[in-house]
Amino acid sequence: MELRSTVSLLGRFPALAGVDLDVAVGHIVLAQGPNGAGKTSLLRTCAGLMPIASGTATVLGCDLVADRASVRPLVGLLGHATSLYDDLTVLDNVRFWARAAGVDAVDATAALDRVGLVERLRGLPVHRLSTGQRRRASLAAMIVRRPRLWLLDEPHAGLDQAGRDLIDELVESAAVAGATVIFASHELDRAVAVADRVITITGGVVSHETDGGRQRRVGAATATTATTAATIGASDVP
Amino acid sequence: MFRETLLVCGKDLRLEMRTRVALHHVMPFVLAVVMLFAFALDADTAALRKATSGLFWVTVLFAATLLVQRSAAVERADGIGDALRLSGLNPASLYLGKTLALIAQLLAVEVALGMAVVVFYDVRPRGALLLAVVAVLSTLAIAAVGSIYGPLAGGMKGRETVLPLLFLPVLAPVLLGASRAFEIALGRGVGNGWSWAALLGLLAAIYLVVGVATSGPLLEEA
Repeated sequence: MELRSTVSLLGRFPALAGVDLDVAVGHIVLAQGPNGAGKTSLLRTCAGLMPIASGTATVLGCDLVADRASVRPLVGLLGHATSLYDDLTVLDNVRFWARAAGVDAVDATAALDRVGLVERLRGLPVHRLSTGQRRRASLAAMIVRRPRLWLLDEPHAGLDQAGRDLIDELVESAAVAGATVIFASHELDRAVAVADRVITITGGVVSHETDGGRQRRVGAATATTATTAATIGASDVP
Repeated sequence: MFRETLLVCGKDLRLEMRTRVALHHVMPFVLAVVMLFAFALDADTAALRKATSGLFWVTVLFAATLLVQRSAAVERADGIGDALRLSGLNPASLYLGKTLALIAQLLAVEVALGMAVVVFYDVRPRGALLLAVVAVLSTLAIAAVGSIYGPLAGGMKGRETVLPLLFLPVLAPVLLGASRAFEIALGRGVGNGWSWAALLGLLAAIYLVVGVATSGPLLEEA
């Protein structure tokens, strides 16, 4: 991923005011910064959801200036919203998003297993779930699509300790399997430990960059990680 | 594209099965409208019978407005719009799937409305084939327009009032054609009902082509 002097507008306001950023495949990048700094806009721009007013941006080989829609099927975005149909069951939701992405609906069950949503919750409509359970369902709907770029906006929000651990584990597994992860978080202690790099966004630009605490895995992944990667489908990632 | 169209249609119909908006809200509404017209025209059954075709299709348009609003609203809720844009679904499939689901719901409403009209207005349907063909073509045209204007109005302030203002005038030719064809099928009009059916088919085709052509920008705006 390569962003050069990228400017994205929200109305007439430059939410990104000239971002320069390079992210290698398989890396985990934490975006931190104060509220309104442009973290969410960075994620949405990388997802091809915000138009680029000036500068250049190439994500997964797609030129976002020329055709920002081309990158969308390759991207998974977990935002503040659930992106689920409230009146459909959890399983129906995950199956729908799987089929929409051309993935076998059978994988929906594996994705729900992976995020720890037990059998009795899968038949419930989403509006009857707790906040944390909805978050897990959203995560399942995202990972079932096997995205090559994970964009996570405050992924730990609304989750209990086990849920937060699950997020960290999924992020690590995705990166090991070759997916790239960019996430925004205010939970710095936890997030920095997971990340390869930490970028600070202020006023719509990347103002500072440091190494994260993640120990790069070398060699073959552990059996657990390999199982996880297969479950989330990220093993398809080149 | 066909697979995606059926996927979206199935999802919308599954939503209807779970929420029963058409059954619990729209059906009682159309039955109330039928009753109100009967009260308004009092015991003059001749006037009721004469106006049946127009009243039927005006009521269908009211019902369609409610169903279109509901159909568009579910795609605006809680980040669904972004998820659809990222899903890889072909915008034309999304448009056609939603249109197909609207057709199914509207036809169910029309069957109930038709039975109510027979009971309350003492109407005796004759040209069953013409009635069926006109109902299907008109419903196709209404759903095709609704699936364009639903998401379009959804992005505006005061969407509940904007939708009928955009939606209903465009459907004036459909109302005219469907009412005339129904009058002929019920034995109260003159002329060739199949000519009106052909016009409705042409209108439906035009609306569908416009809908497919604008589905990409519509998805961006949703």
